[in-house]
Amino acid sequence: MANGLVIHVNGKEHRVRATPDAPLLYVLRNELGLNGPQFGCGNENCGACTVLLGSKATKSCKLPVSDATSGTITTLEGLMTDGELHPVQRAFIEEQAAQCGYCSSGMIMATAALLWKNPHPTDEQIRQALDGNLCRCGAHLRILRAVTRAAALFEQEGE
Amino acid sequence: MPEEKPEWGESWEEDSAWSETGAIKKANQVDDWLAIDPDGAVTVFSGKIDSGTGVQTALAQIVAEELDVPMERVRMVMGDTARTPDEGITAGSTTIKFGGFALRHASAEARRALLEMASNRLDAAVDELIVRDGVITVSHHPAQTLTYAELMGGKRFNRAITLHAPLKPPAEYRVVGKPAPRVDLPLKFTGAPSFVHNVRVPGMLHARVVRPPSAGAELVSIDETSVPDARVVRLGNFIGVAAEREEQAVHAAKQLQVKWRETARLPKMEKLHAFIRRQATSDNIVREEGKVDSALRKATTRIKATYQQPFQAHASIGPSCAVADVQPDRAVIWCSTRGVYPLRDALAGLLQMRPEQIRVTFVEGAGSYGQNGSNDVAADAAILSRAVGKPVRVQWSREDEFAWEPLAPAMEMEVRGGLDKQGDVIAWRYDVWTPPHIAGAGLLAEQLITGKPPAPPDWFGGGDRNALTNYRIPNQRVCAHWLSSLPLRTSSMRSLGGAANTFANESFIDELAAAAKVDPLEFRLRHLDDPRAIQVLKSAAARAGWRSPLPAGEGRGIAFARYENEEAYVATVAQVRVDTTSGEARVQRIVVAHDCGLIINPDGLRNQIEGNVIQSTSRALKEQVTWDDSHITSLDWERYPILKFSELPNVEVGLIDRPDQPATGAGEPATITTAPAIANAIFAASGARMREIPFTPTRVKAALSSRIGESSR
Repeated sequence: MANGLVIHVNGKEHRVRATPDAPLLYVLRNELGLNGPQFGCGNENCGACTVLLGSKATKSCKLPVSDATSGTITTLEGLMTDGELHPVQRAFIEEQAAQCGYCSSGMIMATAALLWKNPHPTDEQIRQALDGNLCRCGAHLRILRAVTRAAALFEQEGE
Repeated sequence: MPEEKPEWGESWEEDSAWSETGAIKKANQVDDWLAIDPDGAVTVFSGKIDSGTGVQTALAQIVAEELDVPMERVRMVMGDTARTPDEGITAGSTTIKFGGFALRHASAEARRALLEMASNRLDAAVDELIVRDGVITVSHHPAQTLTYAELMGGKRFNRAITLHAPLKPPAEYRVVGKPAPRVDLPLKFTGAPSFVHNVRVPGMLHARVVRPPSAGAELVSIDETSVPDARVVRLGNFIGVAAEREEQAVHAAKQLQVKWRETARLPKMEKLHAFIRRQATSDNIVREEGKVDSALRKATTRIKATYQQPFQAHASIGPSCAVADVQPDRAVIWCSTRGVYPLRDALAGLLQMRPEQIRVTFVEGAGSYGQNGSNDVAADAAILSRAVGKPVRVQWSREDEFAWEPLAPAMEMEVRGGLDKQGDVIAWRYDVWTPPHIAGAGLLAEQLITGKPPAPPDWFGGGDRNALTNYRIPNQRVCAHWLSSLPLRTSSMRSLGGAANTFANESFIDELAAAAKVDPLEFRLRHLDDPRAIQVLKSAAARAGWRSPLPAGEGRGIAFARYENEEAYVATVAQVRVDTTSGEARVQRIVVAHDCGLIINPDGLRNQIEGNVIQSTSRALKEQVTWDDSHITSLDWERYPILKFSELPNVEVGLIDRPDQPATGAGEPATITTAPAIANAIFAASGARMREIPFTPTRVKAALSSRIGESSR
């Protein structure tokens, strides 16, 4: 399979050298040089590696790259359009919604997926949507506020 | 109130990390700490590091304030043996206190130097000059101005820090004390390479370590042909695999055929505390006042209780990672160590190089909350890079992290107390069994290579933090019983022994209040004189509605401490619902009142306190490391669960700002009062007294049934 698979990441097509069973996370980080998705557990338990597959929040640490060839992949880096921050990124900055920030990429991607599907989530629905994303520093309350603010920003901007 | 330090404390105190002026003595030039760049920016060199707390922003605020430059023109360089001063390790909530002290004086000295230069150039007296945003103006000739960059012209200050340059009075602060957005967050939220996990060096190989199945196991044989795509490195019992691609290294670490001879035998989990009490100890008295034994005999009411703290993990979200490029005569290590200089010296020993040949550069890791695997993985990377002759990136797996990171030590606390007829505490005898909470814990690679266990501790400390209370008690003895080690490898974690000791002290004062039939808040206030202590308690209680009614099955508990007995004051009120059928204790709400003197960055401070509260709630309710006969078994997030979004309490933080009081650290204080506040709330809700962390449903149910047993007796 040396001449490889094609994946669509952040609006671009990439031919990759990875074998089909290589986890998508390593391909994104090491072949494409992306920094957003992080390695946390390798077992889909913590959410640090969350990316969007289509519009769905997807953990990339175990997913074979060959299972990601048909859809489009968006990482933290791909949320920006023309250098403009995505409303979820802006909301996270405005709420200062992190401590160490290692889980932030996963939190932001999970939030983007949630708001895509449900633009007006209740507090309960937000907690449910983020329950698979762990934060060790205890920035949870700020993250919840950021999600609520992001929803408001979307509404203001008529998205 | 100068406090007696145990004799063991001295080497700690001399370290440059642990005093205000220690680092300035070693690096006494303004140029060691900051530079005015030709573009007018200020580059700050801090030997401290930011472990995800946002402290770099607070340090930048201090410099911006004292030097009169805008925040956005301050660039922080932290923890680099090639560029920054030696400030020891970053720990103990001292970055603002000591690191901030040094930068404040360096900035004040720089400002004075700049004013003197401007005075010459503009032919005006220093007191006729005004500084604003890095521009100096003659007050009666506003057209006569010079910028810092023009004055310096890219040159050095060549000036010593005297500690006598005038400091700005806090009343004139414009930056310090105001919320400042974190400088690092926009980068982290857009995918800039912020973490050590993102360091990439040309030609770098990806590596994984292959650890023994249990501590002390010896390698019998290894079949290198079992991993054709990877290079195998073996030194003693240290094994690593390195490959071009990360997934190859991961695969090789799983596939490598290794036979080990295991020898470890761990005490049974349920017998750990009996084991701890059987060990030989070295004892010291932390505080003795009055005659505790005779006061206990004379007391009208006497009670005794034993409290237990389990092993807990730092459990960083990102497992340890480091990149090393080791060549025969020089080495560069990128890692998230908390002390670049101490690690450089340790690596020099391991690599048999001179310290000057090694550059250790700090790059942020995931939040660490103490000494986790960050130094160990740096050593792994250095050893592997030297062995393969190429730069190497080592990433620990989640299982590596849980199995091999040094842990927060298990501890046991026993308290006896006596009340007089009026219900006042007249006697208090406190004993704690603990190993030293050592920051270093040695380097795992070194221990595996040489087969030698870590050196015995040369310092006993940390485990007695907050063993003493701040209550007025006429007869008391507080004693620490030091074990030289525990069956699992340990280090330091947020507040060291402060959390376990405060759990015991603040639960026990509640038990005494119950015995005296006095409201727990009232009982605490009765034994306190310090107005700042009284204020945090009253403030937390008022905000929490201490005496307001609660639904059935819920209770409120309160806890107070002054961190390290002389730092920040914290009071916490927890509101907990106890399900007596399932035993689940659910924390509904936590209210904190916090007084850490002068506040530098209110929003950053709130963020720290919220983090302390949520993490310590998680530790109190859910967390303990588990093991079988020879292995740690809590190797993933299912077996070492932490608090999730669906389990969060509401948290409210009340800040008390005291601009006239020195700023103390805030990274740890609010961690220590959470567990006792929750335990006391469980008691208030259900009558179940929790003396063992974590308060799992099984334990709550056991405490509920022993309560029924007691009342029927």
